Amino acid sequence: MSANVIAIPNPEVLSRTWLETVHEWVTTVDHKRLGLLYIGYALLFLAVAGVEAILIRIQLMYPHNHFVSPQVFNRLFTMHGTTMVFFMGMPILFGFGNYLVPLMIGARDMAFPRLNAFSFWLSALGGFLLYFSLVGGNGLYGAGNAPDAGWWAYAPLTAKAFSPGHSSDYWTLALLVSGFGSIGTAINIIATILCMRCPGMKLNRMPLLAWLYLVMSGMVLLAISPLTAAQIMLLVDRYLGGHFFDTQAGGSAVLWMHFFWIFGHPEVYVLIIPCFAFMSEIIPVFSRKPIFGYPVMVAATVCIGFVSMSVWAHHMFTIGMNSYANSFFTITTMAVGVPTGIKIFNWIGTMWGGSIRFKTPMLFCVAFLFQFLIAGLTGIMLGSAPFDWQLSLSYFVVAHFHYTLVGGVVFGVFAAIYYWYPKMTGRMLSERLGKWHFWLFVIGFHLTFDLMHVPGLLGMPRRIYTYEPGRGWDTLNLLVSIGAFIQAVAVLIFVVNLLTSYFKGRRAGNDPWDAWTLEWSTSSPPASYNFATIPVVASRRPLWDLKHPEDPDSRYD
Amino acid sequence: MRRAINLIIANAIPVAATLLWLAAMAAAAEPPSRGLTNIFAPESTPAHSIFKLSMFVLTITGIIFVVVFSLLVYSLVKFRSTAANDDHEPAQVYGSNQIEMAWTIIPILIVVVLFMASARVIHAVQDVPKPESAIEVTAIGHQFWWEFRYPKQGIVTANELHIPVSDPAHPTPTFLKLLSADTDHSFWVPKLAGKTDLIPNRTNEMWMDPRHTGVYLGQCAQYCGTQHAKMLLRTTVDSKEDFEAWVRAQQKPAVQDEQVSAGRRVFETTACINCHTVSGTAANGRFGPDLTHLMSRSTIASGAAPNTTEQLRLWIQNPEAIKPGSLMPAMKLSDPELNQVVQYMQSLQ
Repeated sequence: MSANVIAIPNPEVLSRTWLETVHEWVTTVDHKRLGLLYIGYALLFLAVAGVEAILIRIQLMYPHNHFVSPQVFNRLFTMHGTTMVFFMGMPILFGFGNYLVPLMIGARDMAFPRLNAFSFWLSALGGFLLYFSLVGGNGLYGAGNAPDAGWWAYAPLTAKAFSPGHSSDYWTLALLVSGFGSIGTAINIIATILCMRCPGMKLNRMPLLAWLYLVMSGMVLLAISPLTAAQIMLLVDRYLGGHFFDTQAGGSAVLWMHFFWIFGHPEVYVLIIPCFAFMSEIIPVFSRKPIFGYPVMVAATVCIGFVSMSVWAHHMFTIGMNSYANSFFTITTMAVGVPTGIKIFNWIGTMWGGSIRFKTPMLFCVAFLFQFLIAGLTGIMLGSAPFDWQLSLSYFVVAHFHYTLVGGVVFGVFAAIYYWYPKMTGRMLSERLGKWHFWLFVIGFHLTFDLMHVPGLLGMPRRIYTYEPGRGWDTLNLLVSIGAFIQAVAVLIFVVNLLTSYFKGRRAGNDPWDAWTLEWSTSSPPASYNFATIPVVASRRPLWDLKHPEDPDSRYD
Repeated sequence: MRRAINLIIANAIPVAATLLWLAAMAAAAEPPSRGLTNIFAPESTPAHSIFKLSMFVLTITGIIFVVVFSLLVYSLVKFRSTAANDDHEPAQVYGSNQIEMAWTIIPILIVVVLFMASARVIHAVQDVPKPESAIEVTAIGHQFWWEFRYPKQGIVTANELHIPVSDPAHPTPTFLKLLSADTDHSFWVPKLAGKTDLIPNRTNEMWMDPRHTGVYLGQCAQYCGTQHAKMLLRTTVDSKEDFEAWVRAQQKPAVQDEQVSAGRRVFETTACINCHTVSGTAANGRFGPDLTHLMSRSTIASGAAPNTTEQLRLWIQNPEAIKPGSLMPAMKLSDPELNQVVQYMQSLQ
């Protein structure tokens, strides 16, 4: 580790035509550009799926509302769920992985740059295919123009008898294609972390982010494969006369559920583990202390990876499994709470005795901690099979997983964007707009998702386009919708912040947060080769060592 | 100013988060007479066992919430950066094996306790033997209505389930055999029991033993297609005598009333009979609800509309107006024919 890790400025040719710029981005194999493409693509789909959510909430503001037809409503929630999970959640987290992993382990690129580009464009094609169903879904049948079987696409709703036309085919192909993209990127991240670390960076000196992305990528391999298999089986059913899931010819609806959820539950952790990674990088920097209990954090993550592979049927407590199966999945589900709890405690341990700075990235982290705590506890309730017989398939579940995926993943992603935007663009995001964004989003989030638990407790099932008045659901649904509108305003402020700061933001310099990991040692944005000289590290916090030669971490390593 | 902001940060989110628990408790505290579909107002043994367990789980998770939440708030307020400590780094602590051991073992113990409490209720609800005195009903889910068959009594009805009250001294629980004719559905009457799915090619079972008479509402909980929202469910719990009277009435063949023979002729010469059954007549279709005793039901279209003359007319003439996407076709009858069919329907007591 020496001063010459500071990269020389990028000797770019400044006079490029617009077309040349586009060509450069389309043909790029640079992990940072691909990371940004992933993030930009995901933010686009965040906007699309966000609009779908707003339409859903307008429809549910009042009982017996006629804003959209039942057919359109069913397509809206199917597209919202599918888009958010596969075309917002996965790509944005892969985007950060792509951008950050090589920088943080001192590598110049991913292990397989071309595979990286291929994976991104496959994922992009997947999203395109899903929305192309709006054009091609009708087929020759005059049937629905977008998938409407829910994002689980339970059999037999996807069978030809119940889903004529091509909308289900576009859904299937979209997931199949983007699934291959995800597998490619997962392989790439694993190979990069295992093979491309800079000298001195032993596995136990890697930033926690790299460890968590390693576990996440391993889970992607295990989880996406059965989903891909199931999609192929579904295509065989629909076009080659197979009967895997075709119940009218003796197929099994339950088989699809198993295939889907053995993907679906690990998927939740695939989405949340990268956000754990963001927390584990951001909280220490803004508390001015190293992460508390690094080895235990790694062990807890690996433990979550293993245990979460055996919990999938807690999504199926209502399908009439026998009491032994229900008991088994109750204990495995609750067991995941232990390593997850360890993480929350270790983050508190990190802040304990620190000197906490409430910059915008840290604000999002703090909100994440509170919200993830609640999401975890409602998860314990849902994990208790009998309690789940009441809560499952109700608005309580909808509130629970939005608490995880919005209160957890989206807040985590916002924290990451505020934290790494200076590195990616060379400009700081506005703190003033950032605080507006944060507070409006927090208020909107809690108005929507705290209250959303209650209609579930009062018997309101999910996925209904309208509901009966007089069951205690009316006022709550109106407030939930108002909260959604407040969140939408907050996201608009965020977009304004992203755009204006890109041109007018304060210059960031290499290391605006006084942080400790390798990405902050190079220029902002980093040159295409990342580091002029490959760095050499002697501890988990190479920049701490550099800044505190009197008391380096390497002394205790 | 800065101090104030920090304090707000430390307090506002927690306060908002506490809303959730208060709301849950408020729902729990609601008296059973109100809250038609409140899961915390149980009226039958399975729902009651779940309710007791859920209170236990809520208590434990509530305690965890208060403890962790307080730790978080305390550390955020206590260890916030102030002008005094701003430019020097705090003590660099890397971890503590003892503390981490403690917050591993305590959660494990909590998980074991919660699991055992859950497993007890799983066993108590799922592994109950069916007593001789049980009422057996086969519930078949259709897009988008419920078929109820009472094999011992020889009754077929739709959408409105009638079951007897169960006296703890002489229990007459109702055991439902759950089947599906098309897609997945889920039977959920929150005050009587947790939900169980109706899945094609699979037989599921659930039971309930309501303690009080009355009407218990619910609806299909598993997304089943376009009109999942209006696949409503009414369970009427009758006294023993009322239930027996209801059974006797349902066992009778359809009323044959000469005054409405014109309507009956229209009914039997159009597509109505492809889907509907009226016992003792040529109508023996199985795709739609059995209409033999239509007027004994208070709603039509699986609870989407009250069973009145106007709504019956509308339903036969233009089902899309009541339940868009339902599988009932518009019958395109002339006005006189429509009146005659409605009169015939209304004769089916």
